[in-house]
Amino acid sequence: MVRKALVVYLMAGAEAPELAEAAVDAGADLVELGFPFSDPLADGPVVRRAAERALASGMRTRACLECLAATRERVGETPLVPMTYAALLEAYGWERFADDARAHGATSLIVADLPAGERPELRRVQLVAPTSTDERLALAAHETDGWLYLVTVTGTTGVRDALSPALGPLVARARAVSDVPLYAGFGISTPAQAAAAAELADGVVVGSAALLAAEEGPGALARFVSSLRAALDA
Amino acid sequence: MTASFGEYGGRYVPETLVPALDELEAAWRAARDDEAFWAEVGELGRTYAGRPTPLTVAERFAPGKRVSLKREDLLHTGAHKLNNALGQAVLARRLGKRRVVAETGAGQHGVATATVCARFGLQCVVYMGAEDMRRQRPNVERMRLLGAEVRPVEIGTRTLKEATSEAIRDWISNVETTHYLIGSCVGPAPYPELVRELQAVVGREARAQHLEREGRLPEAVLACVGGGSNAIGTFAGFLEDEGVELVGVEAAGAASLSSGRTGVLHGARSSILADDDGQIVDAHSISAGLDYPGVGPEHAWLRDTGRVRYVTATDEEALRAFRRLAETEGIVPALEPAHALARVADLDAELVLVCLSGRGDKDLDEALRALAALEA
Repeated sequence: MVRKALVVYLMAGAEAPELAEAAVDAGADLVELGFPFSDPLADGPVVRRAAERALASGMRTRACLECLAATRERVGETPLVPMTYAALLEAYGWERFADDARAHGATSLIVADLPAGERPELRRVQLVAPTSTDERLALAAHETDGWLYLVTVTGTTGVRDALSPALGPLVARARAVSDVPLYAGFGISTPAQAAAAAELADGVVVGSAALLAAEEGPGALARFVSSLRAALDA
Repeated sequence: MTASFGEYGGRYVPETLVPALDELEAAWRAARDDEAFWAEVGELGRTYAGRPTPLTVAERFAPGKRVSLKREDLLHTGAHKLNNALGQAVLARRLGKRRVVAETGAGQHGVATATVCARFGLQCVVYMGAEDMRRQRPNVERMRLLGAEVRPVEIGTRTLKEATSEAIRDWISNVETTHYLIGSCVGPAPYPELVRELQAVVGREARAQHLEREGRLPEAVLACVGGGSNAIGTFAGFLEDEGVELVGVEAAGAASLSSGRTGVLHGARSSILADDDGQIVDAHSISAGLDYPGVGPEHAWLRDTGRVRYVTATDEEALRAFRRLAETEGIVPALEPAHALARVADLDAELVLVCLSGRGDKDLDEALRALAALEA
């Protein structure tokens, strides 16, 4: 059986390198590192609170890049992908941001409010949603960098009670237009949801639930990631 | 990037919203070219909103000048906001959307939205910062009376910026059933253009009324600028008249154009209050309607082209103009247009037109308390 990819989202901060190492040791295949923005439209309360705390502790772009480099030192070759908003790139310089992120260990980039078709020269992982038309799915799949991020819900990030019924049809539509790997995220918070999503997609992204575990420290995060890994491998 | 106004505008939104913006854009293009749409909006304006609003000569407010006030304060619900809300409600019905979300700062846009939703039987949810709910209490009660659900926003500065973010998040979560009735010429395309066209009636009427009464155009036209919808609607009537000086007046503590930088906020690239890293900086104004760190992208473009000059007024200057208009003309303005009134005396121009975008009933408690402190 092909191993399903497990992506864990962490917020940039002093603890992030140690947390990322714990997550990778426990079975994460890729780490998304949030560069916080003051007005994150795509995020629900858990990521928003984490972003507020990170900003209050001084995690501005420069500090986030240093955090990225420190994280790279801890996780070997594991892919590391900063996830942020257009405002940070606009202020830092679009190309310069991409170049510096790569120089500090980034594998790719996710910009939550830069939809496919805009700035195609900026190589990044594209997001698609249940509302995306087939035409936009094809565009995003064509432009994306390595894998396609399937937003499972019509909504913001955050813990949900059940896996979104929109994921199945979205996977089917994406497979019809492209053969890039599909990772499902938004609202996947338990091992059971992760396993159910991985029945359909090639990997899963766990964000808010990982942040909540990470608040309890690297040990708690490792236990949570191990439980996700076990569910995906079962 | 699909910028709309020079390098400004665009659509910096999560993918979830892109199809809805495409759908809105298509509906808007069709409506814009459809006489039936404008006939319906025009009829509602005349028979429901009270258009045309008068142009009043202020005889005593500014000695040595002849000042005309475009009386949007006399529009139903007490501000220009209804022009936009009515037009977008007609559009929402064309889109088949039965639920409407909106943000509000001073509460005027929330009241206008609640009003049109009551008129058309649409479900209405208004997001309002908890701090603004405190300082604009009467408008909260009006919205509830009109059947709207007012949801307090308790995050960040608890003002218009956060209310806008929450309204957009609601839209992301309910986009299939919901129209986002944005209140100003901000946000992702096509909103800035859509709102301008729905507010352009203000400038069109004002220009014709001024010409008819004075036999000539004003030398200068002033409007306050928060997000910038009354200003863009007023200026729209005069942009082609090169001899008419156009002046936008921002709150000194929320001067996105006068002291901002290029950045991205709420779906558009514009001039915003942000730090070196692009993080949004808090705005501060006694006027809840101007207390916003962003501004419509077209204003940023009009600033860069030099067609409009943008200046500021402080809380204190606005408060003094607020009192002065009440005492000299018998008109209590909202604190927002009081900022524009505060700059009238500085102009070289003698023949001046000011958009009096709203009335001051909502501001009485706050303004009287602040004036008492100022004059103590």
